[in-house]
Amino acid sequence: MTAIADASKGGFRLGMLIYDTRYRSMTIQIVALIGFLIAVGWIITNTAQNLADLGKQPSFGFLWEPSGYDINQHIIDYNSQSPHIRAAVIGLMNTLLVAVMGCVTATIIGVTVGVLRLSNNWMVSRLMAVYVETFRNIPVLLWIVLFNAVIIESLPQPKDFRGANATASMLLNDSVAITGRGLYVPEPLFAKGLGDLPLFGNAFSISLDLMAFLAVLGAGLLISALIKKRADRVQEATGLRPRTWHYRLAVVVLPAVLVLWSLGFYLGYPALKGFNFQGGTFMRGSLVALWLALSLYTATFIAEIVRAGILAISKGQTEAAAALGLRPRRIMSLVILPQALRVIIPPLISQYLNLTKNSSLAIAVGYMDLTGTLMGITLNQTGRELESVLLGMLIYLAISLSISGVMNWYNNSVKLKER
Amino acid sequence: MKKTIFLGTLTAIGLVAGSAMAGTLEDVKAKGFLQCGVTTGLVGFAAPDANGNWGGFDVDFCRAVAAAVLGDPQAVKFTPTTGKTRFTALASGEIDLLARNTTWTFSRDVDLKFTFIGVNYYDGQGFMVPKELGVTSAKELDGATVCIQTGTTTELNLADFFRANNISYEPVPIETNAEGQAQYLAGACDTYTTDASGLAATRATFENPGDHIILPEIISKEPLGPLVRHGDDQWADIARWTLNALISAEELGITSANLAEMAKGTDKPEINRLLGTEGDLGGMFGLSKDWAVKAIAAGGNYGEIFARNIGESTAIGLARGLNAQWTNGGLIYSPPFR
Repeated sequence: MTAIADASKGGFRLGMLIYDTRYRSMTIQIVALIGFLIAVGWIITNTAQNLADLGKQPSFGFLWEPSGYDINQHIIDYNSQSPHIRAAVIGLMNTLLVAVMGCVTATIIGVTVGVLRLSNNWMVSRLMAVYVETFRNIPVLLWIVLFNAVIIESLPQPKDFRGANATASMLLNDSVAITGRGLYVPEPLFAKGLGDLPLFGNAFSISLDLMAFLAVLGAGLLISALIKKRADRVQEATGLRPRTWHYRLAVVVLPAVLVLWSLGFYLGYPALKGFNFQGGTFMRGSLVALWLALSLYTATFIAEIVRAGILAISKGQTEAAAALGLRPRRIMSLVILPQALRVIIPPLISQYLNLTKNSSLAIAVGYMDLTGTLMGITLNQTGRELESVLLGMLIYLAISLSISGVMNWYNNSVKLKER
Repeated sequence: MKKTIFLGTLTAIGLVAGSAMAGTLEDVKAKGFLQCGVTTGLVGFAAPDANGNWGGFDVDFCRAVAAAVLGDPQAVKFTPTTGKTRFTALASGEIDLLARNTTWTFSRDVDLKFTFIGVNYYDGQGFMVPKELGVTSAKELDGATVCIQTGTTTELNLADFFRANNISYEPVPIETNAEGQAQYLAGACDTYTTDASGLAATRATFENPGDHIILPEIISKEPLGPLVRHGDDQWADIARWTLNALISAEELGITSANLAEMAKGTDKPEINRLLGTEGDLGGMFGLSKDWAVKAIAAGGNYGEIFARNIGESTAIGLARGLNAQWTNGGLIYSPPFR
């Protein structure tokens, strides 16, 4: 039955796959896809075969064996008996730490410099141009190494703080020490702390003190936002804006201070003990160097993006705002920047991605990021090149996709809404 | 873009691994030079001089192998490798032989699929500290900042040593010896740890070597030796017996001074077998009869190579110690040439 029905429509001949424009593009795509899949398959089987010939079967079992090495900066507990997978997680956390610090700093510097570069003050705009051109035209690796060298060579070492005739001294009433090994600052401690909450069967634990503080702070901010909303409503209804800043400040600050006080908050000061400063929070020189270099380098690109975004807004907007009697600062923050954001956000996403990926240069200064642990020492000690590199690539891909997902969501919320 | 790089990498791994399967001896003869992996620069063991010519203890071994195989001690190209890149370079076939103060361990031999062809230097891990620190024992290093080359056995020994002694430390990972030296001299770390021979070699390049001491504790066994890939026994044999030839030459009293004379034939059968005037040992692994003569001519016997590069008369000033011939109470011992 069906055969007869088909025949009545004129039939389908094999030649039509090439000569019929309706099918041709489809045919080409399918052939290309098959070719691509064959190439991938060949590469995979070839690699597997060669690894098998070498006697190295791909396996991820090594991840659960003790790593045997120590990592200086670990946000969660770690020692040389922890498995390789935990070392990889430590590396990932260090990567994320420097990436987040870098993105925040680069954005602040970048936006400031971008705006200042458009300043009417000749001196300021020239200075900013010089900064942008120097930093973005020299490879970031050199900046990282330079910052590290400057920190190591120019700052005093802990031994200079020691003894009767010390050549260096601590700053701010003996609470901060700046050394060639890094920065020691006081750390928050709690006399009546709530302890730690173990998660995932003791895989890691989070500080309940910190959680309590953050929860109260978050609640305060939420209430403050509600007060602002109410003030907006009142202003729309009556034209008069009630004075609310002191309420808003109070709901944020007072409960947070109360929590800190009830937990017995005090500062732990760093002190020179033995070879190094002990106590306090320690920001390693390698982290500082990497953070500064990545921030200052990426900030130049962000500055140019911001400048481009501002220049993209028609001059009429500025003039119209000025005609309404707004001051230049308010014109920038209320009229120009909100519109410029639409132009700024998409290229900004790629700068965040670049900064995160550039953080893999950390090994140049001995900062133990993901590249340093999983794709560095673990790879070397276990000899699992393929597995480590694949896993590392997968993790970087996941980080990049998450950043881009979040930024795209933000972009959607600020872009021009067509009604 | 990402996908392309990924596929490219896989292809490269595939191709290189494929080519590595061929006989290394034929490969080396065909290309006319030996590709030898060495350090990125450790004076005495492998470092380029002012004219860019490599010299050192490990370099001389590479030259001996090149002389034995190709008849020309200069037919070597050196690939500087870091602690991290060396094994990948060897496994992928980028280099034919790795002579880079590499410790012979079980997992490197068995799991990483390499063949260590012997030990050319018996070493152990030590600590170097500035004298002014007043430290006399490694056990006093609680809380110290330690510079350490990543991707080495020393990294693991360090973790074990501090854990076993229940003291803490702060590791500063570095890539190359030069970097470690810079950080140590700037005071970014209190102590630098690596093989004791490496410490001595590094200290010799300091402006004031006397200001630094090497602590008495040797915290590990580090038998250093050259290595080749698993799976090519002929090539492993050539490298192994070249090293043994250099060691036997010292034991038998063959030096670069009397080599030409001895090669004409002597009344000692072992010397004659080694130098090819009796029997044809070289032919058994595809080399010429006088392979050992060429190898010894390249840089002298084991003792001469040691004395010239790292011995007591050099700035590095290492005593023979464990590395003396077994006849002198050391561990250097070659199986017989028979």
